[in-house]
Amino acid sequence: MIRLVDVATVIRSKNAGPYELTLDVIFKDSTWFRRARDRAWINEELIARLYGVPRSDVFAVIPFEPANAIKATIRRPRVSAAIGETDVYGAQQHAPLLSLEFDDVEQG
Amino acid sequence: MASNEMKILSPTAILGYGFPEESFALGLQRKPDVIAVDAGSSDPGPYYLGAGVSFTDRSAVMRDLTIILKAARDLDIPVLVGSAGGSGASPHLAWTLDIVKEVCVSIGYHAKVAAIDADVPRSTALDALSKGTLTGVIPEQETVEKAIAESTYIVGQMGEEPLIAALDSGARVVVAGRCYDPAVFAALPILEGFDRGLALHLGKILECAAIAALPGSGSDCMMGTLAADYFVLEPTSPSRVCTITSVAAHTLYEKSDPYFLPGPGGHLDLTETRFEQLDARRVKVSGSRFVPSDGYRIKLEGARKVGYRTVSIAGVRDPVFISRIDEILAGVRARVADNFSHVAADAYSLLFHVYGKNGVMGALEPVRNPAPHELGIVIEAVAQTQDLANTICSFTRSTALHFGYEGRVSTAGNLAFPYSPSDFKGGEVYEFSLYHLLEVADPTSLFPIRTFVVGDAR
Repeated sequence: MIRLVDVATVIRSKNAGPYELTLDVIFKDSTWFRRARDRAWINEELIARLYGVPRSDVFAVIPFEPANAIKATIRRPRVSAAIGETDVYGAQQHAPLLSLEFDDVEQG
Repeated sequence: MASNEMKILSPTAILGYGFPEESFALGLQRKPDVIAVDAGSSDPGPYYLGAGVSFTDRSAVMRDLTIILKAARDLDIPVLVGSAGGSGASPHLAWTLDIVKEVCVSIGYHAKVAAIDADVPRSTALDALSKGTLTGVIPEQETVEKAIAESTYIVGQMGEEPLIAALDSGARVVVAGRCYDPAVFAALPILEGFDRGLALHLGKILECAAIAALPGSGSDCMMGTLAADYFVLEPTSPSRVCTITSVAAHTLYEKSDPYFLPGPGGHLDLTETRFEQLDARRVKVSGSRFVPSDGYRIKLEGARKVGYRTVSIAGVRDPVFISRIDEILAGVRARVADNFSHVAADAYSLLFHVYGKNGVMGALEPVRNPAPHELGIVIEAVAQTQDLANTICSFTRSTALHFGYEGRVSTAGNLAFPYSPSDFKGGEVYEFSLYHLLEVADPTSLFPIRTFVVGDAR
């Protein structure tokens, strides 16, 4: 098993405007980035399941090669600072990503 | 083009967040052509826009502006401040201008200042709504008319055009209301004929100053050097470097799609962007393009008051209480509702934030059965009046303190309060009411410019 925390240097969340939450994973190097991208480790279904949101609320999962990064953006269940909302900046919503593991055996 | 290179100094990520004077001095030695700084963000939430107050501190902003304006005076270069006062509505702009005037008098800087308003009159927004030129960024916004009517302030994010007009009029200090963040960095380069896409992409990185460096910092300086077909980033402090990853990673920051970055009048296309490491400290960027849209759209932000807040903070250490937390809080909630059955149910909201369970992530929390040895509880009441919020919070707190539950052994009290008084008035509560696009015929028409001279000794 490959643990995401062992192959990524940055795992973070942040508002992308008050209505969206964006999750960034920046990999250690281009080798790990390409492996994660090519095997679709991080995909819409995974994000929906991890955060317990409908698949339609995951707007996009986008690899960004210059930063060795994969970005996922979801609809905030509550708008930033709406009554009952818990994280105005959206900066502490990354934790579910920290426990991700991938059963990914290096092939031939 | 006046010269083949332009240097833009960004002292800090947000005006008032500070910067080391040594770093700033090193930046000045490189002879920047302009100092630009972003003062705003919607991140701190709707309160600051709605209430018309800054999320930054006056003394801290005064400190930053004193150093910046002295440098601008000595080097005879322009200064641009965007999204003044954090949210960039009229009270925020006035607050910042007041500080600028005070600084200019105290340092003896006789300067022509341009102030650019970003307030959008309700009538303009309503008119656009009826003409179909106002559209929601997030589709399911109902009752936009009501939202417009209830918003205390509505601002539009100006592009670089009003800032260019201000510079063209001879202003040396430009203080703008709400801006598209990169605009203050891109205005002078675009005026001087540099490429719009490169200037705006550079601005996108400079608006957070040294956050794009390694180690990153929101309170240290970054220098951007723009040429005809590339730009170079370098932190001014020798203790930081720019790497391809630090710069490229910043391109991701707070954006939903790093290849497609929409802004006023079009979008930045980064699909052909190249990042190159020039040496240990500098990164070169090329290939970024600006693609104009059909029609020029300005993003509007609005906030409206939804009530008043009172909170009480307490801890719990009893294992039986912790194991029954959900049913106990449901019981407390029912007791409050029953006791205030004469108060309309929609006159208040009662919330429990349970830290140690799901206080941080709420509905997004995947951990279902935590086993904490202690919990923190924030009791929150939001009501139509401060008095009612106080009443609901106070009654909830006392009910929870002495609430009887099955298996209770600690019969003297359920909650540990760190403070006396235990309840805190949070005052007015606001929510975002508008996040819309307004189509305009002229990029400058919404943003009137006033110019005046400051710093007269008398």
